[in-house]
Amino acid sequence: MVEYELELIGNMSKINILAVANHPEILETIIRLINQNELWHGIPAGSLEEAEEVLRLNSVDLVLLGVGVDEETGGRISSLCQSIDPRIVCLRHFGGGSGLLYSEIRHALAGG
Amino acid sequence: MKNSVLHPASSRFYADHGWLQSAQTFSFHGNYDPQRIQFGALRVLNDDTVNGGKGFGRHPHDNMEIISIPLEGTLEHQDSIGNVAVIRRGEIQVMSAGTGVYHTEFNKDPDEPVTFLQIWLYPKKLNVAPRYDQMEYASGDRHNRFQQILSPDPNDDGVWINQDAWFHLAEFDAGFETQYQLRKEGNGVYVFVIDGKVEVNGQLLSTRDGYGFWPETAVSVKTVEKSALLVIEVPEKW
Repeated sequence: MVEYELELIGNMSKINILAVANHPEILETIIRLINQNELWHGIPAGSLEEAEEVLRLNSVDLVLLGVGVDEETGGRISSLCQSIDPRIVCLRHFGGGSGLLYSEIRHALAGG
Repeated sequence: MKNSVLHPASSRFYADHGWLQSAQTFSFHGNYDPQRIQFGALRVLNDDTVNGGKGFGRHPHDNMEIISIPLEGTLEHQDSIGNVAVIRRGEIQVMSAGTGVYHTEFNKDPDEPVTFLQIWLYPKKLNVAPRYDQMEYASGDRHNRFQQILSPDPNDDGVWINQDAWFHLAEFDAGFETQYQLRKEGNGVYVFVIDGKVEVNGQLLSTRDGYGFWPETAVSVKTVEKSALLVIEVPEKW
């Protein structure tokens, strides 16, 4: 994980993290927390349609399926990620705040 | 037994925020260890002490079953679904965060610290309506026996949550022997020693140690000293 982050610093690149949730205040909180890490860039999506648009127009490394995203919607987003780039990690975010967010992201980026 | 995890008290993460001292059994906030993510549906077991008058400001939660058990002191809860409540030792609080809830948790006492266990379980169902509940339980009902304080059934003893989990408290005399009977086949058991020294399935545990395993049906408990335990039974998958 440390080596991966150092490599990204060298490339002056950030890890693009798409967060999908239908609760605007919680989504805003998640994006703010993601962006507190200078190596991460949070992109919000409040619906399936917004998520699909972001995935088609941007290079995304990681997708967090947050509150309000049901199993069917999560499955469609995950399938789209696979079709665009199988390296995109798609996982469910629990908790809605900082408690689990950082370890969820770090665990996913480490291949956990 | 399929496998087991031993978490000595000294192996926990420690976070010192000045107003908050937090000993964390599993990865939480900025602390991360890939070997310390969860035990089945049990994701967070924080042993928190908050200074007098201080607390957690307004912050969100979703899709988590959040349980607070005060060990000393009083804790004041306010949330965005209209609940204002105070809980103290001998009570349990549960919040099903579901589709989203904001809350604050403050030490009600301006001077004395509050120590409480903050426990998070993954929910069985996603995006349920947020719900808050608290309950007082009789202290005499856990002397040399397991006292159920949480279950998945609204009609059973204790508070209920959105997960096939059971919590029991117990206060055993020194030299006491008993067994904990698994409530649901296939579940795991995580024993957290609140205070004392005890053998659980032959594993010696001391104050604030944790021990998780997957028993067949029952768990043997033998105290070395007078001991207080929290037994957390959770599913491995849900």
